[in-house]
Amino acid sequence: MQADTIITPSTLCVKDLPWQIAWDKDKCTLCGRCAAACPMLALELAVYRKRVIQPPIGLEKTPENTFESFYGVRQKTNPDNACVGCGMCNLVCPNDAIMPMHSDEADKLRFHNNKGGVPRRRGGRRNDPEGVLDRIKFTRISMLTDPALDAGRHDFQLSTLLGRVLPPEENLKLQRENGWIPPVREIYPLIIGGMSFGALSPTMWEGLQMGVTYLNEEVGMPVVISTGEGGCPPRLLRSRFLKYVILQIASGYFGWDEIIHALPEMKVDPCAVEIKYGQGAKPGDGGLLMWHKVNKLIAAIRGVPQGVSLPSPPTHQTKYSIEEAVAKMIQSMSMAWGFRVPVYPKISATSTSGAVLNNLARNSIAAGLAIDGEDGGTGAAYNVSMDHMGHPIASNIRDCYLNLVKIGKQNELPLFAGGGVGKRGNLAANAAALIMLGASGVQTGKYVMQAAAGCLGSETDRCNICNIGRCPKGITSQDPRLYRRLDPEQVAQRLVDMYLSFDTELKKIVAPLGRSTSLPIGMSDALGINDYNIAQRLSIDYVV
Amino acid sequence: MCRLFAMTSDEPFSPLVAAKALDVMREGHDGSGVGLFLSDLSGPFEDLKDAPVLSGIFTSKGLKKLDVHMMELGFTTKYKVTIKAPKPAPPGVPQRDVYLIRAYEYPDEWHAYSAERRAFELMKVRLDLRGMGEADGDMIVFSFWPDAIMIKEIGDPLTVVQHLGLDRKELMARVIMAQGRQNTNYAINLYACHPFFIQGICTMTNGENTAFVPIKEYLSSRGFPGYMGYNSDSEVFAHILHYSTYQLGLPLEAYKHVITPLSDDEMGDHPNKAFLKQLRQTCRRLIIDGPNCVIGCLPNKSLFMVQDRKKLRPGIVGGRPGCYAFSSEECGLDAVIPDRDKSLDFQPMHLDTAIVSSDRQEVHICRQTQSLPQALCA
Repeated sequence: MQADTIITPSTLCVKDLPWQIAWDKDKCTLCGRCAAACPMLALELAVYRKRVIQPPIGLEKTPENTFESFYGVRQKTNPDNACVGCGMCNLVCPNDAIMPMHSDEADKLRFHNNKGGVPRRRGGRRNDPEGVLDRIKFTRISMLTDPALDAGRHDFQLSTLLGRVLPPEENLKLQRENGWIPPVREIYPLIIGGMSFGALSPTMWEGLQMGVTYLNEEVGMPVVISTGEGGCPPRLLRSRFLKYVILQIASGYFGWDEIIHALPEMKVDPCAVEIKYGQGAKPGDGGLLMWHKVNKLIAAIRGVPQGVSLPSPPTHQTKYSIEEAVAKMIQSMSMAWGFRVPVYPKISATSTSGAVLNNLARNSIAAGLAIDGEDGGTGAAYNVSMDHMGHPIASNIRDCYLNLVKIGKQNELPLFAGGGVGKRGNLAANAAALIMLGASGVQTGKYVMQAAAGCLGSETDRCNICNIGRCPKGITSQDPRLYRRLDPEQVAQRLVDMYLSFDTELKKIVAPLGRSTSLPIGMSDALGINDYNIAQRLSIDYVV
Repeated sequence: MCRLFAMTSDEPFSPLVAAKALDVMREGHDGSGVGLFLSDLSGPFEDLKDAPVLSGIFTSKGLKKLDVHMMELGFTTKYKVTIKAPKPAPPGVPQRDVYLIRAYEYPDEWHAYSAERRAFELMKVRLDLRGMGEADGDMIVFSFWPDAIMIKEIGDPLTVVQHLGLDRKELMARVIMAQGRQNTNYAINLYACHPFFIQGICTMTNGENTAFVPIKEYLSSRGFPGYMGYNSDSEVFAHILHYSTYQLGLPLEAYKHVITPLSDDEMGDHPNKAFLKQLRQTCRRLIIDGPNCVIGCLPNKSLFMVQDRKKLRPGIVGGRPGCYAFSSEECGLDAVIPDRDKSLDFQPMHLDTAIVSSDRQEVHICRQTQSLPQALCA
């Protein structure tokens, strides 16, 4: 039979899509909210035709056909409008008449999402729910040989250092001689990783900044947040709240014109400057802000035209070697603030992290190293980068820490780990594991979006449309109709909730380990894992 | 948890006194080992204050090896106490060949050495001997330093002291530190017994150091050959003290600021705030996390006691001018100095360092909130 639609090589049926929309005709009141809320326009209002047989009573007349029409919603099968599974339709439906269901088999959409010869680009995270961090257990529990501490009552000091810490001999000598000592910040070990003003909506950014300020000024937790690449709003640059902010400079230098111009008017120094060389979600790539999100405000802050895609180069174009990248860039950034601000690089986890670390260790002013593992999230990247590139964070951070131990600089160059921290919801456990593997602190972005703003994404390709500015929750959208869904006050409150509960959980981990006066950085004797090879690789206990 | 006792007295006293103090604290240790540190020696060693004294346990073969090695280095014996343990050993005490305490004359060329170099070379000799002994199992060397004797053995403290006949004139001292061991391992390595000694610095601890691994890693990476061993989680306390006094040139008053720094709130308007903040940052790896009470002795023969921040381990200082004792329990103090004014007993809290200097006239209490010696922060 001839099909009544044209079948082309990229014609897909609903079954071929990763998400199928289950719609219940009997429950639906045809209010249309689902179609209105759908960020992908995956739903269309439809007219259905139904044949009804009407058998008369008796044998005098033969049965008749009648055709009825009724209204409903239909899932589009165009790859551009494929359902992303965000579930907004269900969220707004008054009757639970609709919801996305994940396909029971591998979808065929993946073969067709390269329209125009452009491979798939998306936001979100690497689509792999598993990870080593969740398998690590804390096996050294104080009980009798040393009494356990009371997580609820004891006095805990859970801060960490960001900045180049000189060896004690050198520090004391410089103090005596009144010499220059690199700046060091005492911060909370959970840093909000770089999510730019541009990647995030204005309401989300405002909410995070308010939450961070509240945590610092009301709760007394020295939480800091990285701006990501894309600059910083002018008012924040000139406010006293800048001290809670790590300014990030990436290879596109977006927003840095504004920052440099604001320098003379800054009331306080920023917490630190982070030079982004790489990101765990798209190692080897620069930043990417797609044109959908470059509106008037973003264009103004970044100093670019409106409506154009903003890819950062994969590397800082003025540097051609690691010596320059490490020495020159760190020095010039330090100099800009009179050597009062710690400057450190952020790289993607890679098998060459050790080389970077070695160079930093020899640089007397490098303030640390942030390493972002393969499980990091992003606002926009090529799918292949996100899913297939990168290095897991656990072994990378461990190698780097043990490298520092070998050269005796483990207190001097703090390491910050990111990429998949808390991706299955176990933020405190993952963070504690990384700290005990050797990180001075951890960075997280995805978890913050999920906890503070209800990001719907998952590690199984749900949603992941941060790149096109249609975030169903308004977290990563620059469209006022979407970002007004997000109340910044509530984001701030959720952020505070998140940090307070993280703090309690972290104490619940370190207290039974008998630690309270210093963060258990490198306390690898407390860790165990039920995989022999992983245990060997990480130099921790093998436990089954 | 181990029990500790240390005493400093104008009148030389016998190790038996310390063993008796440990005995009254018997419920706090399982008698699985004892460690003794004697300094400010009297008797024959009184006149040999500058001569390095080697103390250790040797097999007959080990002793010959030692003699050959020391002779090759140019050391000649000035005086020795050899304890040949009577047979049979009491239950729980191993049978050894020889406990040796031997004072040496320096090799000729050593006389030209600076004090610093001499200290380093003495430590190197001890480490070399220890290494030789560990290879063949015939030498256990505890210390090699002027005016210092160390004896460690497995077994109940009082039994060991009586069995070895340590209550002898040659071993009378004015400073004695002793530990009754509560063994938490299956096999006891004598190097894991307190007190721990390095270049005249000696500490012992009750409790467990939960920050052991990072501190050990940090100290080991300092490149100083003496920072080794670590058969016990508490050995790091002696090395931190050594590091802060020898390498950083800090006075004892700063030791507590290294191992348990003040928080920002506590620092408040401390006169040395800027210095202390830098010290806390730069020595962050050396922060101990307890629970521990540390008792120690410096090369100048002053004794001290500090607590970690949690103050979960007992410790008390008391006595009278001329004689003060540090004990992990009050009953230990009562057993040895019953006639002291008990109202002057002091139990250091989490900010205190209790110090009795070599003049033994008072217990000096140094609180972390007080200002540090001026010279330090100049």
